[in-house]
This record gives sequence, C-alpha cells and structure tokens, in this order.
Amino acid sequence: GESLSYVPAPGLSTSEEKTPYEDVIRYNNFYEFGTGKDDPAKYANEMSVDPWSIAVEGECDRPGTYALEDILKPHDYEERIYRLRCVEAWSMVIPWVGVSLADVLKRFEPNSRAKYVYFETLHDPEQMRAQRSLFSTIDWPYQEGLRMDEAMNELAFLAVGLYGKTIPKQNGAPIRLVIPWKYGFKSIKSIVKIRFQEERPKTTWEMIAPREYGFYANVNPEVDHPRWSQKRERRLPSGLLSPNWIETEKFNGYGDQVAHLYKGMDLQKFY
Amino acid sequence: MSGFDWRRSPGFLLTFRLSAAVIAALPLMLLVRNFFAAGLGPDPGQAVTESLGIAAFQLLLATLCMTPLRRWTKWGGWLRIRRMLGLYAFFYAALHILAFLQFIVGWFDLWAAFTKRPYIIAGAVAFMCLVPLAVTSTKTMVRRLGGGWKRLHRLIYLSVVVAWIHFIWQARSDVGEMVLYGLVVLVLLALRGYWSGWSTLIPLKKE
Repeated sequence: GESLSYVPAPGLSTSEEKTPYEDVIRYNNFYEFGTGKDDPAKYANEMSVDPWSIAVEGECDRPGTYALEDILKPHDYEERIYRLRCVEAWSMVIPWVGVSLADVLKRFEPNSRAKYVYFETLHDPEQMRAQRSLFSTIDWPYQEGLRMDEAMNELAFLAVGLYGKTIPKQNGAPIRLVIPWKYGFKSIKSIVKIRFQEERPKTTWEMIAPREYGFYANVNPEVDHPRWSQKRERRLPSGLLSPNWIETEKFNGYGDQVAHLYKGMDLQKFY
Repeated sequence: MSGFDWRRSPGFLLTFRLSAAVIAALPLMLLVRNFFAAGLGPDPGQAVTESLGIAAFQLLLATLCMTPLRRWTKWGGWLRIRRMLGLYAFFYAALHILAFLQFIVGWFDLWAAFTKRPYIIAGAVAFMCLVPLAVTSTKTMVRRLGGGWKRLHRLIYLSVVVAWIHFIWQARSDVGEMVLYGLVVLVLLALRGYWSGWSTLIPLKKE
C-alpha cells in the first residue's frame, strides 16, 4: 500500500506487542470473499476500490452521495493501536490509520431523530465471489449498526490504513469501521452506505443467529457464545506448542471509556 | 484370454493396499510438512484441529465407500483396505480431539465444553461410536463376535450422521461444503437401505 501521513494518538493506543503485518493481512474474516481465513487475502483483489463513494441517508441535514476523498479531506489522519477481539476467541493488536467516526458523522449533521446509525458493505457479486454462493445464509449486503452515543464515543474509528499504509482490500478497503470494545464483526468493512435512523437497525449476524450474536456485541467474558467460552482468547500469532492464551477483559479492556454507555443495562440480556 | 486375472495377483493387491495406506496418511503428512515448511498461519492450533477433523470425516466416508465399490466392481480388494481406512478414521478422530483439547480449549473449563456445547457433544458421540468398532476390528474379534460383529459395526452409520451434524453445527454462514458432504452421506446410507430393505441401517438391530 501507499504510505499515509498521520499523527500518533498515544492516549488512545495500547502499548501491547503488535500482531505482525503479515498476519494482519493474511488471516481475515471477510465473508464476501469466502469463509476460509485465507480466502480474503486470495480473492479481495477482485474488488475495485477506486473510485469509491458513500451514500449518506436518513435523519440528517446533509444527505447525499459523497466521494470518499471529499469525506476524508477535512480530517487529519491519526494512528491508533487497538486490540481487536474476534467473537471466535482470537485477538490481534493492530495499528490503524484513520479518522474519528464522530468527526465524520457530525459533518452530515444528524438531527434529533437520529438515534442509531446504520452501515452497509458493498454488495456486488461480480467483485465479491462469495456473494455468488448458493449456500450462503447471509442475506447480502452485510449490515451493521451502532447506537448514536456509541458511534460518537471517542474510541469509534474509521480506518483507511494500517501499519502506516493504505488499508489492504482483505482488511476492508477503502474504509472500514473499528469499534475496539465490541467483537470484530461489528467493525464493518468496505462501507458504501451510512444511514441515520430512529429505530434500531437489524444487523446481519443478529438476523442469522440472534441467540449467538446480539446487536451490542460488547466483548464480555461473562457472557459465553452458545458454542464456546468467551473467558479467554488466543492472542495472535499463537504458537502450536505454546498457545498464547490471555484472559479476555470486559469491553476488551476499554471499560474506562465506554462502560458508562451501558449503565443500568443487563448485559446478559443485551449481549 | 481366460485364466489370469491381474486384479487377483498378490503383487497388485499389495501395491493397492500400500497406496491406500499412503493416501490415507497424506493429511497428516501434509500437516507435518506445512508445519515445518511454511508454518500453519497465525492460529496454527485452529488449523491443525480443523484439518484433523475433516480428515477423520473423509476417512469415515471412504470406509463407507468400500462395500458399494466391491459390489459395483465385483472385486474383493476393496474390502481388504476397509478395516485400515476405518482405523485411520478413528486415528484422525482421536488426534482431532486431542488437538481440540490442547489448542482450542487449552484443558480449561472442560466440564462446560462437554456439557453446554451441543456441537461438541455431537462430536464426542460420533467418536464414542467408533471406539467399540476400533476395539473389535481385529481378526480374532471378528471371529469371536460372529454375526454380532456385523450388527455392532453398523454403529458407523450413526457415527457418520452425528459427525456430519457436528460439522454443520459449526457453520457460521456458508453451508455449501457441508451440504455436499451431507449428500455423500445420504447416498452412502441410501445404498445400504436400498440393498437390504432399510432395516439394516439401524445400529445393533437384528436382521
């Protein structure tokens, strides 16, 4: 990728050891390109990301279709080193480059009815081979959403790069969400649509298996996935003979910044 | 032209059995090779566990193909490798479980893993069905059990169905691969049913 210029955001970054670049770009869940971990690295080059535009809709005063450059132009890039905890019980530490989600959303001037924000990934079976599969249980396009106060939290991030370079296609080029206190599937990739809405959006995984994947999907060792424990995680790269197990932290260790968003909520119920 | 049937020559049979043994060992050899050559990716434990599980399932299907192949080709050689394939399936399944315990569960919270997670229970049941089959696979046991041996070994039908359930319960979105395997299982079981009036599909039932 092309080198990006950015300022580090040490206050929002972890000092833990980073997952090597080669692992970050070859071990991905991006089901538009297949369910294998190496499928995205193999097939994401079939997607074209330039030019790219995002449709902004719903409860805001500046709806419209924006070219990606126009969305990004007024902002300076930051580097934030975040933990990424996958719902499958593995995790990475990734230096993302991008912009604060709140700063971008505010420019569309959401109105008082905007209680939630909805995101959508590109849907183009010609470029995304797994969208052509007859046996997929996903009803494309991939859809995600956040409550407005979650989206406005300072940790919520839009990444356009990692390791100082343009983000590779398998990691969600040209622009993806990064919500570090939630399971990875909330961090939707290759975003083409943003909609502000009053009612809570249904999200892709919630529609497929509501018992397994909730709307909130906050990292929480106290709430097991029905098929496996969430108490621990394998920090990648993990060795065969020396598996790198670590204890999973509530809100992926970002409780200081986000726990107040869920005050009074039963997180066993709103998982 | 009459007289010599090359398929019955001892040399051919030996080559056939050796090739089958090598092919059945390939999944393990590939894992070892990849481990030393390229590594198995950032999450090698997951990769090893999955490969061993799929190998066990494929070997189970291969075992179930031997009787139909013998019927169609009228060649007894297929039955000469059936026990070996079945034992390979058992071997891979045992390694798969060890890998799962070592790499995925980390011997942590075992009680929860085996009581609360239906797909793991299914996998354990599929494996437990194979245990008595492996134990009774010797020539002595075949002789000693007589007709009971055949009935007992129908447990493989139960094992393969439960193993398939174990497999499809882990699907997160695309079930294409599982559906294909399911069709193979269905065809293999339907053949047995068709040949013998369906009742033989029930494990342990007397004909």
